Amino acid sequence: MTTVSMAAPSRLRAGWLAAGLVAVAGAALVGVAVGPVGLPPGRVALELLDRLPLVDVDSGLTPREQAIVWELRAPRVVLGLLVGAMLSVSGAAYQGVFRNPLVDPYLLGVAAGAGLGATVAIVTGLGDAYGFVDPLPLAAFVGGLLAVALTALVGTGRRPSAPATLVLAGVAVTSFLTAVQTYLQQRHADNLRQVYSWILGRLSTSGWGEVAVVLPYAVVTAAVLLFAVGALDVMAVGDDEAAQLGLRPDRVRLLVLLAASLAASAAVAVSGLIGFVGLVVPHVVRLAVGTGNRAVMPLSLLFGAAFLALADVVARTLEAPAELPIGVVTAFVGAPFFVLLLRSRAVAG
Amino acid sequence: MSVQDALAWRGVGARLDGRVVLADVDLAVAPGSWLALVGPNGAGKTTLVRCLAGLLRHTGVVEVGGRRADRLSARARARTLAVVPQLPVVPPGMRVIDYVLLGRTPHLGLRLASTTRDHAAAWAVLQRLDLEALADRPLDRLSGGERQRAVVARALAQEASILVLDEPTTSLDVGHQFEVLELIEDLRAERGLTVVTTLHDLTLAGQFADRVALLAEGRLVAVGTPAEVLTAERIGEHYGVAAEVVPDGDGVVVTVHRRRTEGFSARSAPGAR
Repeated sequence: MTTVSMAAPSRLRAGWLAAGLVAVAGAALVGVAVGPVGLPPGRVALELLDRLPLVDVDSGLTPREQAIVWELRAPRVVLGLLVGAMLSVSGAAYQGVFRNPLVDPYLLGVAAGAGLGATVAIVTGLGDAYGFVDPLPLAAFVGGLLAVALTALVGTGRRPSAPATLVLAGVAVTSFLTAVQTYLQQRHADNLRQVYSWILGRLSTSGWGEVAVVLPYAVVTAAVLLFAVGALDVMAVGDDEAAQLGLRPDRVRLLVLLAASLAASAAVAVSGLIGFVGLVVPHVVRLAVGTGNRAVMPLSLLFGAAFLALADVVARTLEAPAELPIGVVTAFVGAPFFVLLLRSRAVAG
Repeated sequence: MSVQDALAWRGVGARLDGRVVLADVDLAVAPGSWLALVGPNGAGKTTLVRCLAGLLRHTGVVEVGGRRADRLSARARARTLAVVPQLPVVPPGMRVIDYVLLGRTPHLGLRLASTTRDHAAAWAVLQRLDLEALADRPLDRLSGGERQRAVVARALAQEASILVLDEPTTSLDVGHQFEVLELIEDLRAERGLTVVTTLHDLTLAGQFADRVALLAEGRLVAVGTPAEVLTAERIGEHYGVAAEVVPDGDGVVVTVHRRRTEGFSARSAPGAR
């Protein structure tokens, strides 16, 4: 008689977690070391280590180089990591809730709403008006959240929310808001460049201000979304069966979509519309580790962070001193890589 | 009318888009017994199951384990009653072990993190259903019969005392139909489960169930032992076919002939020239 050993349930394996953390650290190091002024990566690593608590090493960087690291590059790299993490984990969450690997965090109107908000801020000159708070990210953030709220309002009638209705409402809201935004843009052709540069996405920082703005949202939404991984796995069998297993699918969906939309809106507010990350990073992670959300969600967060930080390095060095829009880079680099991966999988599988 | 019923529908009615699909159904199931719900398509069998699972607004009262189902939390209900749906959703890429572990959901804490105890419970069920060798395989790569067993395994992992199966034999060949129902019967005997199945096949209902409830057009027509309920006359009246009912042990075997019963001559036999 043969006995089969007990099969292990899917979970986040330590090796993959370590790989994700190494990817983030590596991307951060490259991001800080690479730029118009070349800095030796070894010294940059020491400089970064020096800031850790209980660590005291001499990096050998000059005060000017230290200023470049801490005032210019580090904030931008950290912002890239945060935005990448939020877009990617919210994409994975949307995909889990809708049981569809092809949706992205802009599905319910975040992008169109943020785009309209930003356009309004730009064409009305709000963007120049106040010195204290930068109104452009605020307008984009509010626009994104209002769009999702509108979608939720239109998409949920008397019956409990059916996912398909919600998706269709998102499509309608997106088209409507995009139409308004395009109209505004055409009426104010002189601001066209500014609007476009926002839409195509960029990670520009002036010190640590943007990071400070976005960090609380990143922490809170990531905590909520990572808390919900178990519920997302149950949601994979659909609303009816999830309910029979003792879950409240409508509540789970509400909580997850709320957190994911908040994350996406906050990311878009400081970075513009960076496409592709929220769709492709979770997908690639799934190809590597399977479909269980206990692994997919945290790894999407880590690899999304690393991917965007590296994409930003490409964006600011390829045509230096000019900058490419980072949304162009993510799509240009990501899409072929994605196709390659799918094809190799198709051949192998 | 007493606490000893494992579950009961009391005056249950339901509407779908304004149409009455269930009217005034009174039906109770004794603990440890097997009830088969039969009736033609659209009779309300699945609707009755959906009321039980709390998936449908209805009038009247559904009782589970002696308590009003609408006053139970979703978790508490799922710990008492497990459902094997007619067409289970098959999540792409999910492995059998992970799928069966989903059955532990009502026993887990807020974070839904399973413990080694849950793993052991899921593994014990897999062993009982001879699924250990398939534990690492994705659910969507299994055959129909294997997949059906995996869905039953998930329901068993819930450790509920009531097992409800909606058309558990659809899309299975006759050998696997008997295999699944024999398995359910064994489990019922071993664990004292109360079993409710909807069934299209009247012979299967007549062979496996202690009691049969015949529904037609949303109403309960008859309830009793297979021999009491499954008569040639009733089958002719509600299914419109000529049936022959042969006693077989405790149950009955129902065979259906192509020739129509009298009274249904208005419908011409298909293919008759």
